[in-house]
Amino acid sequence: MTTPYRVGAATGFAGDRFEPARVLAESGDIDALVYECLAERTIGLAQQRRGVPGAVGYDELFLHRLDDVLPVLRPETAVLTNAGAADPTALARAVAERLDGHPRARGRVVAAVTGDDILDRLPSDTPVLGTELTIGDFGDRVVSANAYIGAGAAVEALHAGADVVITGRMGDAALFAAPIAAHHGWDTEDADVMAVPTLVGHLLECGGQLTGGYFADGGRKVVPHLATLGFPIAEVDGDSTVTLGKVDDTGGLLTRATVIEQLLYEIDDPSAYKTPDVTLDLRSVRIEEIGPDRVRIVGERAAGKPDLLKASVGIRDGYLATGSIAYGGLGALARAELALAIVTERWEVVHGRDSAELRLDLLGYNALQPWARPDVEPAEVCARFALRTWEADAARALVREVEALYTNGPAGGGGVQTAVRETTGIVSVLVPRDLVQPRMEVLR
Amino acid sequence: MIVLGDLAHARAGDKGDTSIIMVAPYAPEDFGRVAALLTPPAVASHLGVGADAVDVRAVVELGAFTVIVRGALDGGVTRSRGVDPHGKTLSSVLLRLAGAKP
Repeated sequence: MTTPYRVGAATGFAGDRFEPARVLAESGDIDALVYECLAERTIGLAQQRRGVPGAVGYDELFLHRLDDVLPVLRPETAVLTNAGAADPTALARAVAERLDGHPRARGRVVAAVTGDDILDRLPSDTPVLGTELTIGDFGDRVVSANAYIGAGAAVEALHAGADVVITGRMGDAALFAAPIAAHHGWDTEDADVMAVPTLVGHLLECGGQLTGGYFADGGRKVVPHLATLGFPIAEVDGDSTVTLGKVDDTGGLLTRATVIEQLLYEIDDPSAYKTPDVTLDLRSVRIEEIGPDRVRIVGERAAGKPDLLKASVGIRDGYLATGSIAYGGLGALARAELALAIVTERWEVVHGRDSAELRLDLLGYNALQPWARPDVEPAEVCARFALRTWEADAARALVREVEALYTNGPAGGGGVQTAVRETTGIVSVLVPRDLVQPRMEVLR
Repeated sequence: MIVLGDLAHARAGDKGDTSIIMVAPYAPEDFGRVAALLTPPAVASHLGVGADAVDVRAVVELGAFTVIVRGALDGGVTRSRGVDPHGKTLSSVLLRLAGAKP
């Protein structure tokens, strides 16, 4: 019987807070600290940045996170992250350089996991999920293609002696499953065995969302001390018993209710949650509160594993222009509606364009529920305009029209804000497993 | 009248242009009352979409529901021109779904 293994969720997304990781490293008695830093779009954006001089293909913030945690990180705690994004090897080199000079990092071994990038071998006749299109239909707009890879290559890196593992598009849950499977000597090819660590990864991958973050409602759902929210720790025994907890005296809440929100909120089919290592049947999961902020998880089931891997393909998607102007006090709603009508008319008459391409919203009234027309008189309303277009001139024209509402529009408009940005969309495809060859490289 | 939020809590996620909203009753014994409120036509009308865009899946073993709303996100998080591209706010919007007090 192997000893219990404790994994901490250091971040739940690229922009997450810094100190929860430090608290875990210092007081969490953890064996592995896992930084989930990669959203679907991040790799496409990173690929676009790669063409820019001085820009890098990875998440540079991770280096600052590492600096921040190193003074309290136990030498025996492994670190894993997908912050490698479009260029895991380059981040691994940068990390190795950082560690070389650090007195608390002596003996650390860094590895990079690659092979998720399939841009050069994705067949152009690959169908795009949810559409009638193929990848070829997007022509030169395709900027990245990355398959969600399983835990295998990261486990291999850990077995080879690495204790800092940098990946790109590894499945979020797999990134957490890897150190658990490596510690217990579990076979990542065996879907039944991977059910437990993969479920643990699924629960931990959004960090504080498991321990009371994104839960409080100001009334019935009360969460103590969200300002000092403690991020989750999963303890996994050799017999696959899973206990979830957090560091004592941190803020937050860990209960059946916080766990079930995290378990199901992104799952369209709870009987078949597909990951690269296992298809999970989540219906049989039991969530038991065994103490204050301590929850036991049992009963997960594997339903085989998918034949095909999912891949995210980044597509250049033109410009998104947005602009808004605020109205308050007497007749705020009527004046905001007048602003929408003025720009709409000018879009047709002055610019000769179809105003149906504009998205119009009334923030503070119904922007989050545009189908609703509540019978209320809001104290303040923001008129918002948005346009998605391939024409840079049209994008600029819209934000100028919003600015011009200052002196040409309804009375009392203020606080104009505008933005034009280039966007990268993501489409999903399924690819055969043999198209994807994950591998690891130990750097030092 | 009763609203869904009197009986249940919710969190919204997204997958492409589809919103996935988990709904769980606070008390296990309210599962049936929540199920009675969460009919696809009622959800569709409340969220301003057609009835065929909504599926409600009861996860009986876990005492929860997943509500699937297709085409709800103006093209999804990478394409939406709206204020909330993920549709994160739809969870609390759904909790205002009203029904007759059973």
